[in-house]
Amino acid sequence: MITEGSAASVPAAASPDRTDGRSLAERIVGSSAGDRVYVAVITGFAICVPLLLVLIFWEVAVAGWPAFREFGFGFLTSSNWDPVQHQFGAAPAIFGTIVTSLIALVIATPLALGVAVFLSDYAPAWLRQPVGFLVDLLAAIPSVVYGLWGIFVLIPVMRSSVMPFLRDTLHLGATPFFRGPAYGPSMLAAGVILAVMVLPYISAVSREVLLAVPRSQREAALALGATRWEMIQKAVLPFARSGIVGGVILGLGRALGETMAVTMLIGNRHDISASLFAPGYTMASLIANEFSEASDDLHLSALMAVGLTLLVLTLVVNGIARWLVWRVARRAGGLP
Amino acid sequence: MTSVSPPGRPTLRQLAVAERTVSTITRRRMVSAFMAMVIALTAIITTLPLLFILWHLAREGASSLSVDFFTQMPKPVGEGNAGMANAIVGTLILLGTACLIGLPIGIGAGLYLADFKRTRLATIVRFLADVLNGMPSIVLGIFAWEFLVKPLGHFSAWAGGVALAAMMIPMITRTTEEMVRLVPTSLREAALALGYSRARTALAVVLRTAMAGIVTGVLVAVARIAGETAPLLFTAFGNTFWSLDLTQPIAALPLQIFAYAISPYDEWHRLAWAGALVLISVVFIISILARFATRSSRSGGHGD
Repeated sequence: MITEGSAASVPAAASPDRTDGRSLAERIVGSSAGDRVYVAVITGFAICVPLLLVLIFWEVAVAGWPAFREFGFGFLTSSNWDPVQHQFGAAPAIFGTIVTSLIALVIATPLALGVAVFLSDYAPAWLRQPVGFLVDLLAAIPSVVYGLWGIFVLIPVMRSSVMPFLRDTLHLGATPFFRGPAYGPSMLAAGVILAVMVLPYISAVSREVLLAVPRSQREAALALGATRWEMIQKAVLPFARSGIVGGVILGLGRALGETMAVTMLIGNRHDISASLFAPGYTMASLIANEFSEASDDLHLSALMAVGLTLLVLTLVVNGIARWLVWRVARRAGGLP
Repeated sequence: MTSVSPPGRPTLRQLAVAERTVSTITRRRMVSAFMAMVIALTAIITTLPLLFILWHLAREGASSLSVDFFTQMPKPVGEGNAGMANAIVGTLILLGTACLIGLPIGIGAGLYLADFKRTRLATIVRFLADVLNGMPSIVLGIFAWEFLVKPLGHFSAWAGGVALAAMMIPMITRTTEEMVRLVPTSLREAALALGYSRARTALAVVLRTAMAGIVTGVLVAVARIAGETAPLLFTAFGNTFWSLDLTQPIAALPLQIFAYAISPYDEWHRLAWAGALVLISVVFIISILARFATRSSRSGGHGD
């Protein structure tokens, strides 16, 4: 905080970088009791934010600690989850989380990027707002509604057409990834619904990054005789690349922690299977499913430990994403 | 290629080069047109799921929606005219509780960030608000369980409100900061020059000017947490009876939809669709209100 006395003697014009009004307030206004209370109150509220975060970490870490102490590193690598025998290994849930998120990214990234390019460079002005609005609405649909739609619309379609089509018509059944009976609830179904859910996030970040690409960059490419696609491909996308990657990773962060829709579609089974047709578990759906029926303290602690793992994983992923987006913003701002 | 006729006869080599150039240009133009089609196609494909979801919701939901849905309590399968009156009220109570906890903290922290931009605390708060924003909602649920449900020994509306508030705070903090920063410095200086104290300037002038934007931010946040289920699973827990008691488990629309969707009964499935239609209508109405609030505040802001 800036102390009032020291600033009072400096004329306002002497420090042109402090034009935010803040320093001026310091110079003009003496500190009354009311002001001190005001500053104390808003500082207190501001401190609440870090406090809340520390509290969340602390509570989840303390609660999950007994499981980590009991099973050590094996908690993350063992695939034996048996509440009756008091054996807990989170590997299937970690595996399922990563697989479903990757399916989501593989499907959502090209589509989201396409929409972002459409909105930044192709769409006529009258289409921009409505299409952008529709894509944003995708983010407004609650997870549980996606789950409901998934159970009653997506799963029957997957079971009757999409899965047999992939397995038999495209002969992908020959690979280990599309093998086995098409039950419906599966990692594939969960991945598809996740793709729809993360798409608006990826496209929103990509759109912003693409709009941040300087106009001169586009004009230069066109002036050199590039077609519109060549301009996008050679002048716009490379410039925006790390920001787009940041958007994709931000989408990954969303996908990793998504709970309800996945819980309703993934089939909930502790199993590591190469086939995407097989049911599985994600960390979030494991917690959602078993938490209220946890049989004993160790089971509860194991679920908390899964929560802690998920928390750390999403924080790392989001950190990387923000760093990448920030890098593009800085570069775009630094150019003339 | 014959349209360009240089003086004298072109050599064979010149002709070959010209032909190649023209064919490359044609090819490049075709690729460009093709990609334009692909990109337009991705936009169409992306909006399809939304239209499908809305269509199914309208069809399935509207046919199951009746006055009973809003006035009746959940009932066992087969009794007929069941509703979700308690879940609708429960959701409103949970949102109110979340706002009660989240708004002062969020707006206060936002005012601090806008007022003390470059202090170390501001940098930390800004960063951690982003961290909090990216946190999986289920983790907030188990946190609130560990923090409030376990020590008190029972599920409660308070615990649900705290979990939702934790989602709300970072969103409110960042929008408040942004909106307060948009307030012209001259306005603040004018108030100070008139002898307003700092607190009065902030609350009566700055906050009031930024209010439309902050209201928008709050509406967006409320729309987002209104449909949240995961943080409520182990906190508000759900309740099939009428309850307004904040210290007791309380029903919520998303929880009820979830419970009915995974049940084996057709009748409950229909109620789930009706609930989803109501939930999404509420969320969309709040979102659209937020858009209008932004628009009017923007057009009003230019006049100043």
